[in-house]
Amino acid sequence: MATQQTTTAGRVLVAPSVILLFAWMIVPLVMTLYFSFLRYSLLDAENWGVAGLQNYTAFLTDPNFLTALLNTLILVGSVLVISVCGGILVALLMDQPVFGQNVMRLMVIAPFFVMPTVSALVWKNLLMNPDSGLFAWIARSLGFSPIVWFTNWPMLSVIIVVSWEWLPFASLILLTALQSLDEEQKEAASLDGAGPISYFGYIVLPHIARAITVVILIETIFLLSVFAEIYVTTSGGPGVATTNIPFLVYKQALLNFDVGSASAGGIIAVILANIVAIFLMRIVGRNLEG
Amino acid sequence: MAMKQSVGKRAGVTILAWVVAFLIFFPILWTFLTSFKSELDAIAMPPKFLFFNWTLENYAEVQQRSNYLHYAFNSIVLSIGANVVGLLIAVPAAWSMAFAPTKRTKDVLMWMLSTKMMPAVGVLVPIYLLFRDLHLLDSLWGIGLVLMLLNLPILIWMLYTYFKEIPVDILEAARMDGASLLNEILYVLTPMAVPGIASTMLLAIILSWNEAFWTLNLATSNAAPLTAFIASYSAPEGFFWAKLSAASTLAIAPILILGWFSQKQLVRGLTFGAVK
Repeated sequence: MATQQTTTAGRVLVAPSVILLFAWMIVPLVMTLYFSFLRYSLLDAENWGVAGLQNYTAFLTDPNFLTALLNTLILVGSVLVISVCGGILVALLMDQPVFGQNVMRLMVIAPFFVMPTVSALVWKNLLMNPDSGLFAWIARSLGFSPIVWFTNWPMLSVIIVVSWEWLPFASLILLTALQSLDEEQKEAASLDGAGPISYFGYIVLPHIARAITVVILIETIFLLSVFAEIYVTTSGGPGVATTNIPFLVYKQALLNFDVGSASAGGIIAVILANIVAIFLMRIVGRNLEG
Repeated sequence: MAMKQSVGKRAGVTILAWVVAFLIFFPILWTFLTSFKSELDAIAMPPKFLFFNWTLENYAEVQQRSNYLHYAFNSIVLSIGANVVGLLIAVPAAWSMAFAPTKRTKDVLMWMLSTKMMPAVGVLVPIYLLFRDLHLLDSLWGIGLVLMLLNLPILIWMLYTYFKEIPVDILEAARMDGASLLNEILYVLTPMAVPGIASTMLLAIILSWNEAFWTLNLATSNAAPLTAFIASYSAPEGFFWAKLSAASTLAIAPILILGWFSQKQLVRGLTFGAVK
């Protein structure tokens, strides 16, 4: 359909976006790659030199890196499990014909719109503070001693906060997928005498499987770069207990001013994210065909 | 199925659903309530839920002490400005992808999506150094540029999926009548796509408003938006919960309301059209 003229126009109109995104991602990425092979500290900027693979070997053999990698995986994995399982339950509940469904929907989606710095500080202070937080009061009322969340269970605390932020996302996407389930299919299943569990296992789960995959992949991309929640609550501590890869790179770059080492960390983060991205792109790409 | 359920079961499901929804929403409600308490009431044990002396003084103090309006102004300028500029770049691109596709269009779209998956820390160092040398650190132009580029792939993708639903015949008819390309986009395509453009913008504004990696790392005071304003409350100073709550309420209220309006479109935008 496209004529020669519109094709040319199309190229011209797409060009600014392509050039900008190229400049934004590819150019800095190449720079990061270049820096990662340098011995380059902002504190001693004159005295830079080629480091070869030293930054990588230093980063990869640094025990803090292994901890950070492990922390990243624990954080991503736990939040995924909580938000996807929780999201399925919430979505199933909200799909029921209950009174005030619309208001309920607004309440459930709300945490997603809260900026990460706010979520983290509100949870840390108003809810999880061991002296006068709400959880401490609940624990004491039930006769337990309050948990000192961010000191004794720092990673768990961060996981709880981040899960709260992402549960609504999973719920909303899965609810949308649930609502496209055929009424006829539901009726057929109930006529065939399917119980709730086999109904869920054979009808619902296969129907929302694709949406679950999408949720997992998109959340993984965002969860691999959780930063603000850690920045305002624990600053990666105590020790390195809540330092994930983004926070480690931030520390190397903007607190220790070690450009070379931070760049090597950045490249490692990119490789990790790309592994996930390849899968997501396949799914979205398949959708583009249809 | 619903018909056959007993009344008791339905009531049970309703109550359970409301309890779950309430628990998920509770931290926001609690922040809102605490923002109207005095600092002493805010840390009172047992907690005071509704019966306390409601006061507005926290809001006044937050403005006075940490200049809320300065940060709010930055947030508004950044999230609207960046995305308006982004829209001007994205609409032509989405037009050409939807209505004048070439063999490579799909690859370009996928490549744009892939830039969204690049973790920010991968480019933090060079961007930080470039910005330092170009004097763009802590400037509205610099941060605005970053926010615009962060959202550009999402803008193009969402607009593309909306444009795809508009019949190409209408645009071709306009072209036959001698409309120039600019007129075709401005007067034929845009009016038809207004709902799609509006929801795209809404999502983009929400994402920019809450962006908290680049805004925290590239802005310190002059150009700092509300994310940084709240982060300054991370170091506790005496009794500060009520003020933290007031500041938080002020930071999230505008976007929460926008978000509620746009929630139907959210799914499509956030999944790049993979779930509709």
